[in-house]
Amino acid sequence: MTDLIIAKGTLWTVIILLGLGSFGLRFVFLGLIGNRPMPDWLMRHLRYTAVAVLPGLVAPLVVWPTATDGVLDLPRLTAALTTLAVGYFTKNVLAAIFGGAGMLYLLLYLMG
Amino acid sequence: MTLTTTKSVYWKGVRDGAPFILVVAPFALLFGVVATEAGLNVWETLAFSVVVIAGAAQFTALQLMQENAPTIIVLASALAVNLRMAMYSASLTPHLGATPLWQRALAAYVMVDQSYACSILAYERNHDWTPAQKMAFYFGAVTPVIPIWYAMTVAGALIGSSMPAGLALDFAVPITFIAMIAPALRTLAHKAAALASVALALGFAFVPFNLGLIIAGIGGMMVGAQVELWMSRRTQP
Repeated sequence: MTDLIIAKGTLWTVIILLGLGSFGLRFVFLGLIGNRPMPDWLMRHLRYTAVAVLPGLVAPLVVWPTATDGVLDLPRLTAALTTLAVGYFTKNVLAAIFGGAGMLYLLLYLMG
Repeated sequence: MTLTTTKSVYWKGVRDGAPFILVVAPFALLFGVVATEAGLNVWETLAFSVVVIAGAAQFTALQLMQENAPTIIVLASALAVNLRMAMYSASLTPHLGATPLWQRALAAYVMVDQSYACSILAYERNHDWTPAQKMAFYFGAVTPVIPIWYAMTVAGALIGSSMPAGLALDFAVPITFIAMIAPALRTLAHKAAALASVALALGFAFVPFNLGLIIAGIGGMMVGAQVELWMSRRTQP
């Protein structure tokens, strides 16, 4: 077991500064630019924000899962691909979550 | 013919946002459990969720604090994960920019992946909405989600470490995110952006402080924008 104690001073510094920083990121355009138009090239890039950031966030978690100390894991990889396929074809977020979780539990049970 | 009222748009937002309860609730519960296991008490865990309201950034910060990373690295990494919020903010600005400042400030505080995705898709379908109606829809979409976020964080903190390990809760985060991305892969440009993001994130995973994710995000956006330009040139005679 690693030492899990987080210093209280550090914790509150992180909570408060992360809160302020996150608000700043959320407010920067909406609050400061307001009603002024933004250039086409910027909007064309912003359309792809979600699909450009979230896959990059997830990919390392799928390929190198923390639960297996970074070793590629067949149940987790298959569950991720199942979630992707169900979500893509049904366009239904909840169906995708249940499909992926179901596959994960099935494979963990079969291989466990 | 009925005139769309601001109030009816608000309730439409509530209905469109309600399914996300099932996405947000387990995520918040998971944060509560993980935070308690990291040694935070119920009050600290709730404060974390109320002040930050950003699951992925909270998990990132918690993980790095447990690894005793310097505070500046913890903040930079968690904010990098949240950089997409600045991009959401920019993409909502053409729709909500004309509303009063206090509403925009409140909208910024409650901005989460689900409320953004749900609202921007509704705006694409309803070009005739006024800025006030668009803001009403936005607040409607977050109304079911935000109280659940707070409440389930507390529930997770109270359940704490009594959760069985066999639940493989570590993978709840990737599955939730993939389920949100998959339906958004509508056009070739969206698919290319996502694929580029995955390739860049894996290729630049060695770059410290989560900067690989920033490279992947910027690269993915550039690929998406270029493919869109290329597609529109092909369709025009």
